[in-house]
Amino acid sequence: MSDGNQGGVNLKVVGQRPIRPDGVDKVTGRAQFGADFHLPGMLTGRIKRSPHAHARVVSIDTRAAEKLPGVKAIVTSADFDAGAAGEVEAGESHAAMKEVAANCLAHGKVLYQGHAVAAVAATQPEIAAEALDLIEVTYEVLPHVIDVEAAMAADAPVLHDDMYTKGVTPKPGKASNVAAKHVMGRGDVAAAFKAAGVIVEGSYETAAVHQGYIEPHACVASWGADGQSTIWCSSQGQFLVRAMVAKILNMPLSDIKVIPAEIGGGFGGKTTVYLEPVALALSRKCGRPVKIVMSREEVFLASGPTSGAVMDVRLAATKDGKITGAEMTLKYQAGAFQGSPVNLGLMTAFACYDVESLALTGYDVVSNRPKVAAYRAPGAPMAAFAVESAIDDLALKLGMDPIDLRLLNAVRDGAKTVYGATVRCCALVETLEAIKASPHYQTPVGKGQARGVAAGFWFNVGGESSAAVHVDEDGGVTVVSSNPDIGGSRASMAMMAAERLGLPIERVRCTVADTTSIGYSGSTGGSRVTFATGMAVVEAAQKIVADLKRRAAQTWECDIAMVEWKDGVATCIDPAKDVKPLSMKAIAGKSAKTGGPIAAEVSLNAQGAAAGFGVHVCDLEIDPETGRTTVVRYTAAQDVGRAIHPAYVEGQLQGGAAQGIGWALNEEYVYGKSGLLENASFLDYRMPVASDLPMIDTILIETKPNPRHPFGAKGVGEVPIVPPLAAVSNAVSRIVGRRMTSLPMSPAKVLAEMAK
Amino acid sequence: MPRVTSISGRIADFTGGVSAFQVEARTVRALMRELEGRFPGLGDFVEDQMALAIDGEIFQDALGAEIGADSEIVLIPKIAGG
Repeated sequence: MSDGNQGGVNLKVVGQRPIRPDGVDKVTGRAQFGADFHLPGMLTGRIKRSPHAHARVVSIDTRAAEKLPGVKAIVTSADFDAGAAGEVEAGESHAAMKEVAANCLAHGKVLYQGHAVAAVAATQPEIAAEALDLIEVTYEVLPHVIDVEAAMAADAPVLHDDMYTKGVTPKPGKASNVAAKHVMGRGDVAAAFKAAGVIVEGSYETAAVHQGYIEPHACVASWGADGQSTIWCSSQGQFLVRAMVAKILNMPLSDIKVIPAEIGGGFGGKTTVYLEPVALALSRKCGRPVKIVMSREEVFLASGPTSGAVMDVRLAATKDGKITGAEMTLKYQAGAFQGSPVNLGLMTAFACYDVESLALTGYDVVSNRPKVAAYRAPGAPMAAFAVESAIDDLALKLGMDPIDLRLLNAVRDGAKTVYGATVRCCALVETLEAIKASPHYQTPVGKGQARGVAAGFWFNVGGESSAAVHVDEDGGVTVVSSNPDIGGSRASMAMMAAERLGLPIERVRCTVADTTSIGYSGSTGGSRVTFATGMAVVEAAQKIVADLKRRAAQTWECDIAMVEWKDGVATCIDPAKDVKPLSMKAIAGKSAKTGGPIAAEVSLNAQGAAAGFGVHVCDLEIDPETGRTTVVRYTAAQDVGRAIHPAYVEGQLQGGAAQGIGWALNEEYVYGKSGLLENASFLDYRMPVASDLPMIDTILIETKPNPRHPFGAKGVGEVPIVPPLAAVSNAVSRIVGRRMTSLPMSPAKVLAEMAK
Repeated sequence: MPRVTSISGRIADFTGGVSAFQVEARTVRALMRELEGRFPGLGDFVEDQMALAIDGEIFQDALGAEIGADSEIVLIPKIAGG
């Protein structure tokens, strides 16, 4: 375990902005994404999906499809291991494998439109498509339920006959769509409201939104004659894919090798499997490699969005603005299977504020929608939307500046969170002050425009990671990472290794290894890689330095304590020795004579991740004729510990803000009365594009580095999607003249509110 | 003695509604053993699916972590992310 922050002084690589190592390949199209891989004899796989929102599968007749020339294999859930059980660590929580398997290929019932029921592998895509049409599935259509509160009703169609609400004592006697009830809190909320000088309250809702990664899910799977299988895929964790496929197909982990492809975005949505076990089951059946690539429609229909939510919040405060108590109820859609991030919504809702009394209740609710998957700070943006809207109402009621109100209530080091952690190395106050002093906030709001402010929090995590550092014979270095590079981790891993080894960044390359070439690692998610895998890289680099010093001492025949390593060169400080310094290249070139190859690998379970805080300010205007909202200026400030590569960190802030603005203004899953999704394409599911947004200005707050990381890094990728929903809605509410409580604030909705 | 509380209502499924109690354990490993012994199923559940805040610091999958004689232990859902 690393400890002791190196500090910001004398850093030569960390904090610089070297050119991103994957940039050229990505802009020239050379990068190999999931769909780019080909093997000789490879077949095309396609998935047969449910046309119904909820139905019992009476029978699946594959006989006609099997007879079609060119069809080599067909699989259904019967080809999965019926006993798939246990859990695998996934996106926002542990994933129950029985349910992951039933999501990949329906077992007994289809639970949402697009739910996979069978798959075919054929020699040509056209034959695979024809075969899908020949597979006859007989359904008994069942009543469906889409919205979260309708699903909670006593007379709602129940999706799972064996699901009884957890967290309720005594155990309910009747199955329900409420998978779990969560309660947390502290203090005396009733007393806080009784003594309150001011009370604000509101009810809010957000729509289900998709992660919107540009690259659809894709994989190639090849069953080997010797039982050794290989999967090439785009995911947020090659080890997670291996674990899930092994469970679903009842295989030993060592029989599966997963090779990570370049990834075109994940945002949490690629922390589970949809295609990989299906493709491998097909390959196992026919002995040929099988590629499956989702269409965009399939991505929307059958891969996880995040939860839509219905929320009630009530704040008690003194007349001078100190929040003394709060009540909140969250109802989160889980999709077809349990496991919404409602728990995380409860834990994060008030994490920015020091509130003495809290009463928080959450419900995890299934309905006939695709199973939700993690999405950047899972569960937090919706809860923050409600809380930050209520705080805006409080500021308006008290006539206070919204930043001053937040400063008055902000958590500081030593504060106790509702979930039991003590706040440490927290720079929320500095982040709020930075926004307040920013050129943006200091500039008066433009005519016809309005301004909104909001704050946000994310835990950031550590966990299991592995990394290796290899010194080449010419003194160059290869860093082997265990995590797919989503947010620039190849750059940050190389930079941290270069810093510790004393090399220029140009001499260090980083690669992402497959599951047989490096030790286990958790997924790329939770804003953990720079922290946890970075810690493994730095410790491996430290081992290399120790080895280099040992070899130099051996060469000079001196005590190792007399060897100093600085700027990539070993120097003998023994005054009795008249020897020239030895460079990395010189030592590496003679490694065979001093003990063999120079390499080190470290595996660890990183503890001590530090939370991050963000504050965003948004200026916007609304076209009164169309209701279209245009963001005209946006600034995001964030407590980042220390930015290893500031340009990548700024990119994280900008990307999170852009996604959050889309969530606030346009994005939503739209269902018709028949329970079918009506906007499963980018044409109708409106995500912001570059021309929709202004430059997102960023402010990195580096006043509180994390002392548990060698260079002070905190996770940065998730915090920036938390504040935008409320930052935007607080501004829209100013123009509309009433509180906007429902997202997205589409033009039609804004016009309707303005007309009231 | 260390005191255990939980922010997760799931714990009540194992404890029959008991939400706070004292333990003898001085390491997380011993705590899991003690939880399992007192409330069958709870030790395994916490080890697999939950994290701990020990005196305010979060530990995940850290069986070797030490627990002080007067530590405050909060059982919390394991945190991952997106």
